[in-house]
Order: sequence, then structure tokens, then C-alpha cells
Amino acid sequence: MALVRDGQVVQGAQDEWVRVGDAEPVPDNTPAVVTLARWREERSRLLRREAPLGVQLASGDDVAEIADDVARFGLIALEFPAFTDGRAYSSARLLRERYGFMGELRAVGNVLRDQFAFMHRCGFDAFEVRDADADAWSEALAEVRVWYQPAADRHFTAMRLRHRRVAAE
Amino acid sequence: MYIYDEMDQAIVDQRVKQFRGQVARRLNGELTEEEFRPLRLMNGLYLQLHAYMLRVAVPYGVLSSTQMRKLAHIARRYDKGYGHFTTRQNIQFNWPKLEDTPDILAELSDVQMHAIQTSGNCIRNVTADQYAGVAADEIEDPRIYSEIIRQWSTLHPEFSFLPRKFKFAVTGAPHDRAALRVHDVGLRLYENEAGEIGFEVMVGGGQGRTPMLAKTIRPFLARRDLLSYVEAIMRVYNRFGRRDNKYKARIKILVHEIGAEEFTRLVEEEWEHLRGGELDLPLAEVQRMRRFFRPPGYEDLDDPVTWYELKKAENVNFSRWAAANVAAHKQPGYAIANISLKPIGGVPGDATAEQMDAVADLADRYSVGEIRVTHEQNLVLPHLKKADLFDLWRALEAIDLATPNVGFVTDIIACPGLDYCALATARSIPVAQRLSERFADIERQRDIGPLRIKISGCINACGHHHVGHIGILGLEKRGEESYQVTLGGRADENAAIGKIVGPAFTADGIVDAVETVIDTYLDLREEGEEFIDTLERTGHDPFKERLYGAR
Repeated sequence: MALVRDGQVVQGAQDEWVRVGDAEPVPDNTPAVVTLARWREERSRLLRREAPLGVQLASGDDVAEIADDVARFGLIALEFPAFTDGRAYSSARLLRERYGFMGELRAVGNVLRDQFAFMHRCGFDAFEVRDADADAWSEALAEVRVWYQPAADRHFTAMRLRHRRVAAE
Repeated sequence: MYIYDEMDQAIVDQRVKQFRGQVARRLNGELTEEEFRPLRLMNGLYLQLHAYMLRVAVPYGVLSSTQMRKLAHIARRYDKGYGHFTTRQNIQFNWPKLEDTPDILAELSDVQMHAIQTSGNCIRNVTADQYAGVAADEIEDPRIYSEIIRQWSTLHPEFSFLPRKFKFAVTGAPHDRAALRVHDVGLRLYENEAGEIGFEVMVGGGQGRTPMLAKTIRPFLARRDLLSYVEAIMRVYNRFGRRDNKYKARIKILVHEIGAEEFTRLVEEEWEHLRGGELDLPLAEVQRMRRFFRPPGYEDLDDPVTWYELKKAENVNFSRWAAANVAAHKQPGYAIANISLKPIGGVPGDATAEQMDAVADLADRYSVGEIRVTHEQNLVLPHLKKADLFDLWRALEAIDLATPNVGFVTDIIACPGLDYCALATARSIPVAQRLSERFADIERQRDIGPLRIKISGCINACGHHHVGHIGILGLEKRGEESYQVTLGGRADENAAIGKIVGPAFTADGIVDAVETVIDTYLDLREEGEEFIDTLERTGHDPFKERLYGAR
């Protein structure tokens, strides 16, 4: 497994985040990622932690549940149990565009190079991918330069560019 | 019609390049078939019973003569010399080789065509009234909004992995020629009491194993809100649509299970966040788009047209064709002609490369180079002078495209069925062919009048059997093909799902059964009644009795 973050391949050892199972204690001095269930149950205790906190959502979890708390998280990981399960795309856009999440938004699970560009547009900036796909990242993004729809990446849409051009003439 | 600018072209070109890379990775073994599957499906490439099948998008059914010639070329060079026009106004090639498909897509991009989102769990080709822009009863041109939706939906980053496929249809006339109520989203343009033009928004229609008619969730949507509202619908569906069971994953099931009221509430709530934002559709964009669909320079002509009336009076074959295949045009002295792709005994929707080339030439000569594909698997020439119709008809006769049966019993919709399709449980095409031969006599067809027969080779209902006046569903029972008959479906503004009439028929018996249904209608009909009118007046009982005997 490799981690691609902000367009750079990060070695496994350099990923400072530790994922914590529900049965394990949350370490005090390490950036830790808990499940949504853990967050629900131990919210007040977790809020008192000093080290960075992250949360991981399953694709069926309702992202609205953490809408008011996004500023507390340094990382939110969204699961793709299968690349065909597209719910996390909506969750990502809501986190970025509606709830104002500014931290690391990480795609985990069945994350393939052919979906990089879509994920990036929806606001993901980190990807846990198989090693073979890690170097394809920049290539995948370079493949696409024009977009029809507005999304979390705030690109101008083709429509807007056309009208700007007309206005400039 | 819509003409790509460099941005549209860049999107299609990058897609071709990307797919070329994906095919190369598949061919060198880097990708397994399992991993390749969703990628090829995003580009319209299916693996069928015998070969790959490539489905090419014809956005809202509009084709230029140049594009038609390219389709003919592809049929000749990469396929077996023919193509198949589909119920989504698209065209399918049944025999391409995997390694040729990137070249085919590159050839398509040369004429501003593509196969993006013609399959997969994404927003599919937007369909529209095939008479858009020329129909005598039109209020607003649906192509403008269909193209806007096409662009918004193309490579949408959020909605490319939906629970299931998703289909839009748009009309701008009171008569529904696009089957709005059996679409995931149907958009009907109309003018409200305040004189504003907007959409009635219908959601949750569909066929398949659980046929449902779409519910109106918003009686009037202003045009500027089109994209923000459909984005809200899509987001609610993407988040809450079922993903646990492929057969319960369409939006119709979500609407049904939570109820139209709750679904509407969710959409409206989502829309409150989106409306007026970046998705707002400026009037300038509608105006820009409208310029692409401006009517060609029509001449001021007298109507009726003497020459046309005279030719009809003196040539009975021409008169029959004109009666069945020619439709009213909004411009005096002009007409719309349907080209039937249902020759007697033929495969519904198939056209040879030679026929495609010939239709392209005729479009250039008589119809400003424009052609339409209908969801009923026929072609349309939309801008014809009535004075040219006789010459056009003679030219169509010469290429076996003048069958005068549009809307009649032999104008059958059929899916590819077990002859091609890996999902099929029975053959469809041979049933269509035998029915066509049984009712070949054109005088008999004219006597029977308008009647829609639609045939599906499995429960997925690609042949739209649920909305056929007579629907036929091919099933497999103990290793034998059998055919279930539904009656009373319709896909127009009075849409209805047909009801199963009784036990299924054998492959041998199905044609007789349909004939019995039609004979029953002929015996029962009252003055001026079409098949569907008689059926709706009498109910199914007299038909059941004739089919199965009194019980």
C-alpha cells in the first residue's frame, strides 16, 4: 500500500496517522483515526485529547453527523468498500463545500487510479492506493483539463469560461 | 444542431486517449477482465454472448449527415456492415474487436461523437422528443435543455458510480413522444399560468422487473433552477439509493420505499443549499444554446402543397406512406418524415452501412443535413419540403426504407434478445420477424390502425414491453422459450403499465395469440376507436376469454 498526499507519494512509514480499532485504546500522543462509532460514544473524552484526531466513515455513514465537528478533525477518511460504491463522492463534497472541512480528506479502500480525477474533484487530497497505482497519480490528473460541472476543486466550468470569453470580447 | 467548441472536443479527446491506455493495460494483462469491466462500461463497451458490443451515444437522437456517414464507415470497417439503433436513440455495433475500439472512438471524436456513459451506473444518454424543434405542437425546444443536461452529466465527478444506471428524458410538447413517465427523471417543458416556461419534474419511473410510473415531485421548476434541482435529485439518490440488491437499486425503488412525499422533502431540502449557486443556469446560457438549435432558413411556402396532394391522389403506395410516416411540421409547406427501420420480416432498428450512407445523402439533399433517431428505433428527416416528399419516397423505396408502417402493428420495438444478449432468457428478434410477416399486408395494418407491440427478451425490459399496447416478454421455462403477454401499456402522456393477460404462450403459439388479441379488438371496436381505446373501454376480459376460453 502507498499513500498519495497532495500529489506526492508518501512512504508508509511517513504516514503519521494511526488507525485505532474500536477495542484498542486511543494513544495519547500520536495522531489517531477512530471509527464513527467510537467518536459517537467517546466524543467528549476524545475532544479533550491534545494530539490530532481523525475519523473514518463507512460509505453508508451519514456525513451530516459530524457536520458541526469537522473543525476538530485533522483527517477524515472515507471508505470505498468497492470502487463501484460512489457514496463517498457525495460525502466528500458535502464535507468540503457545505461543512467547510479544511483538513486531510483521505480515500481508503478500493481506490483505483481510474477514479483519481473524480475523487480529486470531489475534494479528496489523499489516497491510500496499491503501490502499482501510486505513480499514476499525476498522469491521471493530467489527463483531464476541462470540466463541465462545478465541484469541490473550484475549477471554472466550461460554461463559465465560455461566458467570460464572450464578456471579454 | 450543437457544435463542439475546443473544450467539448478536449473532453472527448482526453477520453479517447484514456481509454486507449486502459485497453492497452487490459491487452497486456495489467488489468483483469474484472477490473477492466467498469472502465469499458464507462465507454459503452459491453461483452455480449458472442462478442463485444459498442454503444455509441446519439445525444437526444440528433445526428448530422456527416455523423451518419461516419457510423456507416464504422459499420463497414470495424463491424459486419450494419448497426442497430436502440430505444435510447443510440446506435450499437455488435461485432467490434477489443483492440479496434480505441480507433473507433477516435474516429467518432473526429465527428464530435463518443460512447461516454452509454453504459454503467451513471447518467446515460439524455433522450428527447424526436420531433424537437419542428413539431407542430411544440412549446419549447427540449434539445436546448437536453444539451445542457448532457454537458452537466458528462464525467460528473460525484455521479459516475451511482447505485444503478440513470436515464433522463425531456419533452417540450403536450404530446409525449419520449416516454417521460418511464424514466428515472422526466422533464416536461410547458408554459404555466403566469406565462413562464419551466419544467414539470417527474421522478422514479422505470421498467425492468418492477415497472413504475414516475411521480411528479415538482409541478413547476423555473429554467434557471434546472441544474441545481437535478443535482439535488442525483445527490439524494447517490446517498440513499439502495446498493444491496441490483434489482432494487434504481431510483424508482427509493421513491417507492420512502414515499414520493419524503423523497420530495429530501430533494427540496438539498436543493435549498444548491439553488442560486454555481449551478444556476443563466439566461445567457439558454440563449447561447438556443442559437445552436435555430430553425434552418425555411422558405415561405403555401400550404396545402398542390404537387404533394396530387402525387398522393395518383399513387396509392405513396399515399399510404405519407399517411403513416409523415408528421405535421410547424412550418407551412414543410413536413417531418419517419423512415421505418421495420421492413417486413426484418430486424427492428437495424440499418446497413449502405442504407446509412443513403439516408445521409437524402438528408443533405432534402433535410438540411439533419437526421433524428427515435426511441421507437426508426429514423426521422425533420426539415422536408412537402414538394420534395414524393422524390424522397422514391429514393427511400430504392434502398428498402419506405415501409409505410410507422405506428402500426409491424412497427415493433424489440430488444436484441438471446440472439446477442448475455442477459436474455428468450429470443426477441425472431418473434418480431414472425409477427411482422403475419401482418405483412399493409391494408390489414391500416385497418388495424395505431398499435404498439413491444418485445423484451428478459425481465430487464429493454424492449419496453411494459408500455406496449401489446407487450411480449420472453422467458425461459424448463429449457423452453415462453412468452408472456401484457395488454394496455402505453408510453405517451397517458402512460400506463400493461397487465399480464394470463399464462404464457410457447414460441410457436405467441404469434397466434397476438393475432387473437387483434381479431378480438377488430370484432369489438366501435367507430373511430383505436386498439388502446377499445381495450380501455372493454377491459381485458373479452380478450382473456378469446385467448384462454371461458372459465
